[in-house]
Amino acid sequence: MNTLHQFLFGVYPYIALSIFLLGSLVRFDREQYSWKSESSQLLHRGSLRLGNILFHIGIIGLFFGHMVGLLTPVAVWDALGVAHSFKQVFAMTAGGIMGTLCLIGVLILLQRRFGNDRLAANSTWRDKLVMVWILLTLLLGLSTIFVSAGHLDGHEMVLLMTWAQHIITLRGDAASYIAGASIVFKMHLFMGMSLFLIFPFTRLVHVWSGFAAVGYLGRAWQLVRPRA
Amino acid sequence: MKIRAQIGMVLNLDKCIGCHTCSVTCKNVWTSRDGVEYAWFNNVETKPGVGYPKEWENQDKWKGGWVRRSDGKLEPRQGSRLKILSNIFANPNLPSIDEYYEPFTYDYEHLQNAPEMITPPTARPVSVVTGKKMDKIEWGPNWEDDLGGEFSKRSKDALFEGIQKEMYSAFENTFMMYLPRLCEHCLNPACVASCPSGSIYKREDDGIVLIDQDKCRGWRMCVSGCPYKKIYYNWTTGKAEKCIFCYPRIEAGQPTVCSETCVGRIRYLGVLLYDADKIEAAASVEDPKSLYEAQLGVFLDPNAPEIIAEAKKQGIPDAWLTAAQKSPVYKMAMEWKVAFPLHPEYRTLPMVWYIPPLSPIQSALENGLIGENGIIPDVKDLRIPIRYLANLLTAGKEEPVVKALETMVAMRRYMRKKSVDKVSDAATLKGTHLKPLQVEEMYRVMAIANYEDRFVIPTTHKEMVENTFDDKASCGFSFGNGCSSGATEHSLFGKKKATPIVFHDLRRDRKANASQ
Repeated sequence: MNTLHQFLFGVYPYIALSIFLLGSLVRFDREQYSWKSESSQLLHRGSLRLGNILFHIGIIGLFFGHMVGLLTPVAVWDALGVAHSFKQVFAMTAGGIMGTLCLIGVLILLQRRFGNDRLAANSTWRDKLVMVWILLTLLLGLSTIFVSAGHLDGHEMVLLMTWAQHIITLRGDAASYIAGASIVFKMHLFMGMSLFLIFPFTRLVHVWSGFAAVGYLGRAWQLVRPRA
Repeated sequence: MKIRAQIGMVLNLDKCIGCHTCSVTCKNVWTSRDGVEYAWFNNVETKPGVGYPKEWENQDKWKGGWVRRSDGKLEPRQGSRLKILSNIFANPNLPSIDEYYEPFTYDYEHLQNAPEMITPPTARPVSVVTGKKMDKIEWGPNWEDDLGGEFSKRSKDALFEGIQKEMYSAFENTFMMYLPRLCEHCLNPACVASCPSGSIYKREDDGIVLIDQDKCRGWRMCVSGCPYKKIYYNWTTGKAEKCIFCYPRIEAGQPTVCSETCVGRIRYLGVLLYDADKIEAAASVEDPKSLYEAQLGVFLDPNAPEIIAEAKKQGIPDAWLTAAQKSPVYKMAMEWKVAFPLHPEYRTLPMVWYIPPLSPIQSALENGLIGENGIIPDVKDLRIPIRYLANLLTAGKEEPVVKALETMVAMRRYMRKKSVDKVSDAATLKGTHLKPLQVEEMYRVMAIANYEDRFVIPTTHKEMVENTFDDKASCGFSFGNGCSSGATEHSLFGKKKATPIVFHDLRRDRKANASQ
């Protein structure tokens, strides 16, 4: 375990998380007019419906899959009687399905964005960065399935879970658990953490609002604002 | 009873000459900006026609407005809250920009830059969206002006419902009218109900419906939810925008820009008092043809002592009550019954109302030029089919429209006799519910239409809710983010997107000259 490894997996997670949280807060507070989904549907529909729905179902599935899979303590799984090897195979399958949906979606969206004059002319470098970043992270994530297939005992998975849980619980030794992990895993982790890093500076902030929009389900139809 | 006041508008279509001054002045003030160049908060359509955006009245296609469920409850036609939320990734009912028109400019520079050539240079159209030359402009903001285009296209107009429309394709039978449109500032707005982020709201004090530009997230459900298609997505800022009823002017007691500049003096602004507790029931009546009367039932009589007392108790300022009593909008809608809501069947309870147009008589020869009531024609002889107007204003119910047109004809008959024969003949008012004095007031307000009769707008009593001293030297109208124009330059979070207009490039020799 060298300094670079300690930095990338012991320190960088905190940098990424801090910028993610503080950046979102600052943008919400100071620049809320810039906070939006930046839909391009008006200019060109194309295959948006197919691509975007697949993409979002996939990525939301992946997000919650990672949350539950990585952050649920190992003791809970053991108490539930879920074998490590079973959990690994399940994660590979569920992740593989969601990842594939997401990949098809993101490819359709990329084709739509770059294959249309109107969108090509109106895409900012930030829009492109987000899509390419997600695509690379996703491809790396899908590649880990093949690495995992080489050792189905769940051992490496538990190490990755331990890393994530030690990061969240502020234990300094987190990086040491994945020192021996495959380079594919490490690259995927780095790209994934960086996605949180770029989050506040891109259209990704609409994810917060997407979750907040669930409150709409319980809202009255009409909104009347009194003066002041 | 929950009494609220709203500044309503009436447009007298009988006097609209289709000059588009309202649209142009509105655009100059509010939408001459990037991303909304295709958006007209106010536009004037020639009917029959499919309108702007195309076929906006076809709710089977665009799913705007409300539907009454079998249990008697209302729900947006787009679907339940869950369905609306599940469509935020891609709204299946969103019109694309081509349904409005692809915004364009012209390559004017080429007229000066073109090298010497045999044929004169032309300024080709350039798309504002792509910055590229367009081969052909296929549609524009007012493509159907004065019945432009062929009948087969125009006949898709939803107002032909229940009418043998083929007959009106013949030149001899053709008819037309103008329909200026803006946001209806509804009592039961479908846009507000459709917004998952809750950024659209109705102001309690004057009823103006606004979009909080900071809170809008660009989910674009309001665009499809509004049956009048009067919410526009700004494709550079990613936020929805709409007619703001010129609220900075209204607050100061001034008419909206479209009303102020109306050449034909067709627009009226005035206070209406309404009972907010009755809105839901009125919008939910079973028979769409009863919706017009149901909405009348929501309005309150500003002259009734018990209403005045209750309104004062609920905090409506005295100036607003006085204005409500003098309101031309109340008189036209409630007293004279000549103004009607636009498409009440959408169940939005709109607050911009219309007086139907009288039109030339159908066939001068057949009628021997003279109707049974003298030189002024009978309503049944008019060129615009009554059903067509009823489809626009009363969900197809013809009686109220006929009654209004007869009242307007009777006014002319009465005033003609008064000014030509110098007699006030109450007998000429046969068939209306009005007395001579009322008709004379109606003549003053509708025909003479002096400024102070058209616009009775009380100022907002801002001093009641805030210390206006704090507003001293503050910024005026802005797009959020304090006093900035919306996005701060050099912000970490991305600067404002610009439209990609690329004009014809300079010739190489001129470019060289320019750089020296």
